[in-house]
Amino acid sequence: MSFLRASSPHAHSALTTARVMQWVLLATLPGLAALTVFFGIGSLINIALACIFALLFEAAVLKLRKRNALIYLRDCSALVTAVLLGLALPPYCPWWVVMLGVFFAIVVAKHLFGGLGYNPFNPAMVGYVALLISFPVEMTQWAAPSTLSNASASFPPIVESLTHVFSHDTLDGYTAATPLEVLKLREGLTLDTLYTNEAIFNQARWAGVGWEWVNIGFLIGGIFLLYKRVFTWHAPVAMLATLTLCSFLFYDAGGSQSAGSPLFHLLSGGTMLGAFFILTDPVSSAVSNKGRLIFGGLAGVIIFVIRVWGIYPDAIAFAVLLMNFAAPFIDYYTVPRTYGHNRAHRVTKIKE
Amino acid sequence: MSENTEIQTSTQNNETTVDYKELTLNGLWKNNPALVQLLGLCPLLAVTGSVVNAMGLGLATMLVLMGSNIAVSLIRHAVTDAVRLPAFVMIIASFTTCTELLMQALTYELYQILGIFIPLIVTNCAILGRADAFASRNKVLPSAVDGFMMGLGFMFVLLAIGAIREIIGAGTLFADMQLLFGASAENWKITLFGDNYPGFLIAVLPPGAFLVAGLLIALKNIIDAQIQARAAKLKAKTVKGSKRVRTTGQIA
Repeated sequence: MSFLRASSPHAHSALTTARVMQWVLLATLPGLAALTVFFGIGSLINIALACIFALLFEAAVLKLRKRNALIYLRDCSALVTAVLLGLALPPYCPWWVVMLGVFFAIVVAKHLFGGLGYNPFNPAMVGYVALLISFPVEMTQWAAPSTLSNASASFPPIVESLTHVFSHDTLDGYTAATPLEVLKLREGLTLDTLYTNEAIFNQARWAGVGWEWVNIGFLIGGIFLLYKRVFTWHAPVAMLATLTLCSFLFYDAGGSQSAGSPLFHLLSGGTMLGAFFILTDPVSSAVSNKGRLIFGGLAGVIIFVIRVWGIYPDAIAFAVLLMNFAAPFIDYYTVPRTYGHNRAHRVTKIKE
Repeated sequence: MSENTEIQTSTQNNETTVDYKELTLNGLWKNNPALVQLLGLCPLLAVTGSVVNAMGLGLATMLVLMGSNIAVSLIRHAVTDAVRLPAFVMIIASFTTCTELLMQALTYELYQILGIFIPLIVTNCAILGRADAFASRNKVLPSAVDGFMMGLGFMFVLLAIGAIREIIGAGTLFADMQLLFGASAENWKITLFGDNYPGFLIAVLPPGAFLVAGLLIALKNIIDAQIQARAAKLKAKTVKGSKRVRTTGQIA
């Protein structure tokens, strides 16, 4: 009689890469719905374009690398990158902006470094940053939210928005400053005057028309993913905590020097998208729980610093990329205790 | 910094014969300062936003490299090992100052555009590297040729990066060449994508330089691998039916 011998790992879960990616895609739906309700179909067009380009680029690169394209396309990771980039881009941005962003994300940030699992940086954010520093005009034109009474029309009808995307004319009539930009360029007003005078604030509850609901949508999606145990709570909670702490410290009772209330920072810009969908990227973030706390916490600080004292209105992408740089360093000093040892190794042992 | 191949040739031949073909090949391709030794990356990445900037700095570097190689070779028997490096650096600094003054006199606008990167030629490791690894061990003429070829190889890479970045970043090629070649070069500018090309700013910014330099190195490695594969294919023809037993290597 012979024993059946199988090599480790003995415990396995049914969680495949494709399943995780599908859950992530599903979890973006509440936020995407809020974006569509308040800013029109621009984000849907972005995402559709990004997905098409992502699949094309992914297939082309896989072909160049002599890999089986179908196996790798089926894991949906390219789609997740495309959807996240499409959500981050301003609605109704020209098609070539989407194409270049996806090119940088899929080809440069992902496959030049060795494909899924080898990329040191979050692909979607690399694409976003490449676009942001290359095309500042196109990348800072956010559509005006639909319920703003001073906007002449709510948002462009479908045909018109498609011509905006595929022709070269700009979207002048439909753009408005985002809450973060309004707050930054307020020239010494107190927060109270700002909230009563600016349409984008006085028609909203906490952090600007549309934006608060977009962020709440992504928060709901994030909680769904936490419930599904797609990622641990450490990085997002740490990021939101330090962001809250920083904005509390510099709130200045809403005076003219105030950097905005904690609730404003939590519910504006890409905070929730960044916290739950970008920062939790399993490939480019820190790997241990302690490491993730440091990773997320420092990302929150960087976001606040760039938002308040930097020249860019929002900073999710920069913060994530800077922390991706730091992730191997953080991992080096946060090696967890291994089973059977009393104490954790202070650092990874280096072979002599 | 020191290159094994050169040390071997110079010690074996004991300063008698130098293969100029090998020198040329090393400078331009096999041991290219920018693509293989990865030396002098600071100017390489900083000023290659356009062809004219790249050419200006490439020429200046080549001048300093040749001059310092000749001078170092001339004094190679007079300096001891202990003061070798300070002496070389002094020589390089003098030639850099000469070049700076020359550029100030001949191409003042380009001198202003390149700014700090002209004095920084002193710190270009490629120059000190060649002085130490080649010129201090070889006669004057081979040293001069080596300096010229290394400088030429460096300039070719600068030009390639400059051209790619200018095309992608601004949609033009050979813009502002009058800064280097006088007024007749004013209409050398080629506009490639029409006048309303939005410009791809990342190519002009430092990250673009890293990206283009990385892709050029990859391209060189691909070409090298293909050359090697072709050579191996020609070599690998072993006679069939040979009964010699082999334990390693290719088996027929």
